[in-house]
Order: sequence, then structure tokens, then C-alpha cells
Amino acid sequence: MADYPSTLRYSVEHEWIDDGTPATVGVTSFAVEALGDVVYLELPEVGAEIEAGTVVGEIESTKSVSELYSPVSGTVVEVNDTAVDDPALVNSEPFGAGWLFKVEVSGEGQLLSAEEYAQHAG
Amino acid sequence: MTTKKSPLHDEHVALGAHLTAFGGWDMPLRYTSDLAEHRAVRGAAGLFDLSHMGGISVTGPEAAAFLDHALVGNFSALRPMRARYTMICADDGGVLDDLIVYHNGTDEYFAVPNAANADAVLVAMLERAAGFDVAVRDISASLALIAVQGPRAEEILREVLTEDPEISGGTALDDLRYYACLGMRFGAEGVLVARTGYTGEDGFEIWVDTPHAVALWRALLAAGEPYGLVPAGLAARDSLRLEAGMPLYGNELDTTTTPYDAGAGRIVKLDKAHDDGTPVDFVGREALAARSEADPERVLVGLRGTGRRPARSGYTVVRTTDGGGVGEQVGTVTSGVPSPTLGHPVAMAYVRPDVAAEGTELAVDVRGRAEPFVVTAMPFYRRG
Repeated sequence: MADYPSTLRYSVEHEWIDDGTPATVGVTSFAVEALGDVVYLELPEVGAEIEAGTVVGEIESTKSVSELYSPVSGTVVEVNDTAVDDPALVNSEPFGAGWLFKVEVSGEGQLLSAEEYAQHAG
Repeated sequence: MTTKKSPLHDEHVALGAHLTAFGGWDMPLRYTSDLAEHRAVRGAAGLFDLSHMGGISVTGPEAAAFLDHALVGNFSALRPMRARYTMICADDGGVLDDLIVYHNGTDEYFAVPNAANADAVLVAMLERAAGFDVAVRDISASLALIAVQGPRAEEILREVLTEDPEISGGTALDDLRYYACLGMRFGAEGVLVARTGYTGEDGFEIWVDTPHAVALWRALLAAGEPYGLVPAGLAARDSLRLEAGMPLYGNELDTTTTPYDAGAGRIVKLDKAHDDGTPVDFVGREALAARSEADPERVLVGLRGTGRRPARSGYTVVRTTDGGGVGEQVGTVTSGVPSPTLGHPVAMAYVRPDVAAEGTELAVDVRGRAEPFVVTAMPFYRRG
């Protein structure tokens, strides 16, 4: 079973979120492994009001397109333009430089601990 | 339905492959990264397990006459130790499968259908064999198929296999042309080596008896490593063949498609004849002859994306409205990937003939947005 950072919390749709203010959101190594090489990111716009559990963007890999869900509700305050320009960062550093967007959190969806997420991802 | 496993299955698991169900088989989708594997094949070499492909032996004094009847190509004219790309069609001209047929001995041929169609092709060939002095046998379980593809493939092959005039069939590796084959030795074992592939690179496909498949796979991996060879999965195979403009059954080809629709009319030998000059009445001939005369309803074209987003199989090809939106439908995408070699999206699509000219600016409806594409000659990629 893979190790997931215990400082983060996770959604069942394979996003992670940290406890910062604003909070940073990305996708997990498990999601990345399933996706394959990421070639295109469509992220929410800065200022967008997003809702937990809804589709806020898309992640396109060489083989498929997947929807990006937000783990929380709130206002997007920053997107990772470096990752938009070089989507391979999502593959190489999903928990680091491959983060996706930052959000001022107003409410949370269902979030899992690292241990719970590891069980979920299997 | 349980999926079948390759004789190399345990090797793939040990290499950490991400496996996927394909044509009824559990096969490697990728080992590490689709892109890295694709680039290795373009720049050095890739090693593919293709043991899921079918294998049908056709032997007997009327083997060539039978193949002329059962398939669209002319096998009486196929010289020994040569291979031919061909199709098997239904009475209505629809494609049941595309396959390669190797003439690998006197009155001996070997047909390689796609995994998903292997059973249907075998059934059709057995039916069509009635009245011919020929034996049609499925020998796929006794063989593994391993491909070495890429500019370093020949050097790697030479490290592992040796030439033996007694089994070569008359050809030396130095003289082995594209779509030709020869027998070689892996240690004491005989293997059949063909200069064929599905990547757009130089390369070889090697048939080996199943008990020796693991040893050959390991030997090629070890010998190839200094040359930059990596194991490569089905994801890389798909992006490589698409760059090379090669059709995939289930995408560009199916039972509603004729070879003419797919731009492969040249392989239909309507004029093949018996020794006495009478035409060969092959299966599908009447429908295909009519189709060869008719104006096509749709044309298979290449599309080059000028934006970043790739088109995918099933997406709609459209005209762009004056406002840049999604307009009238003019076709359907059959395959699409972001091309790792070219750095832009490439796709194949069936479109109306009036928009099929090279340079025509079209768009693909990518989830409601009109992504710009231009009709482009295939192959997208040609090796230097």
C-alpha cells in the first residue's frame, strides 16, 4: 500500500488539500498513476466560486480525460500556471510542484485522513 | 469473461507494468511512462510483448489458392519469406479484420489477426476452406510474439539471435527487407523473424515457441539496455502507430467499413486471376468491385491540431461558426492523441468528401468547444 502524506487530507475523487490559508489543492499519486502522462490541465479561474464535490476542471493525459473535483467550497485565489505550462509536473511531483490551485475555504466536503485514503485507494 | 494471460505475464508484473484488458487479454498498458516509452522507440528501441495477437497456420497444396479466395490480397503472387498486409472481408465488403500474412515455407503461410478478432477470423477462414486441399489451424497458444522496434533494433537483434543458413529460408539479415522474414537461432531454438511492425520505425517481430518466450524476452531486455531499449506497452504502441498513420481495428476499421473507406483500396486485388486467366471469386469481391467504382460517402483523413487539446475517438468533427463556436457536423474522430514526437495533437477521422482536401480548416467538438484542426496528409511522422 502506498504512503500518502499524513499532513494532507483527501477526497474520494483523489484530490488532496493541505491546511494552509489559503489551502492548496492537487491530485494524488494514485490518481496520477491511473491517469498516465498528463498533457493538459484546465483549472478554475482565479476568483471563481467553487463548490465541494463539483467539477471544477479537467486533467487530460495521453490516454484519457478526467474531471477535476473540488474537495472544498470557497473562492479560488491562485492557479499553478507553471503546471499549466508544464503538466508533466503533476506526474513528477503530485504532492509538490504539481499542485493545481489555492482556495479560500468556506466549507468542506467529505475529507479522508491519509490512512483512510490509503484504504480507499487500495 | 476471464482475461487470457501472455506467457510473459509474470515478467510484466515483475517489471511493475500497469496492466489493462485488451482484446480479451491482460496486457501491459505501460511500464513507467507512455511518453518515455514512445520516445525510446523513436530514439533508440522498445520491446513489446504482442503475444495477444492471433496466429493461424495455413498449410497444404492449395494454401495460396485458399488465401486468394478468403482474403482480399493476391497470395499466389507472394514470394516465399515475404509478408503482406491484407484484410478479410464479409460478403458485403465490410472488414472483419486486418492482418499480416507471412509466406514462411513451401505451401505454408502464417496469418496474424488482431487479438479481439482472432476467433472470428479463424471461424471465417475454416468456413472458407471448404473445398480446398488445405489445413487451417490456430497455433497462437504455442507461440509468443515479441517485437523490437526502433532505430537500434537491428543491433540489439544481432546481440541475441544468430543466423543459420539451414533454417533462414534463403535470406541473410543484412538483406532482410521491410515485410520480409527469415528463420534465426535463439541458442539452439529456431525463431521466425520478420521486418514488420506497427510503430513507423525499423524493427522486427519475432515468433518464438512459448516455452522459450521468457528467456528471449530477458535476453533482449538485457542486450538492449546499453542501446537505450525499454519495455513498452500498448499506450505507446497506440501513439506510435497513430503518428505513423496506421489504422487500428475497432477505431478506423470495423464491419461497417470497407478497405476503400479506410484508404486501403490498393490492397484489394480485384483483378487477381487463376492460372487459366479467370478471375478469382474471393469473398466480398462483388461488393468491393461496386464500391471501388462509387463515390465515397466518407473519407479517412489525418487531422493536425493547432491548439493544445487532443481529439479523442468518438468526438465530432465540425465546421467552425463565424463566432468560433461548434458548427455543422462533418465527420467523426476515430483515434486521437497528443503526438509526443510532433508536440501537437494528431487524429484520424472519417469526414465528408467535400471537406477532405489537405489544408481544410475544421474543428473538433471537445466537450462543447471548437478546437481547431487542419486536414493533413498521413503519415504524420516519417522516420528520417
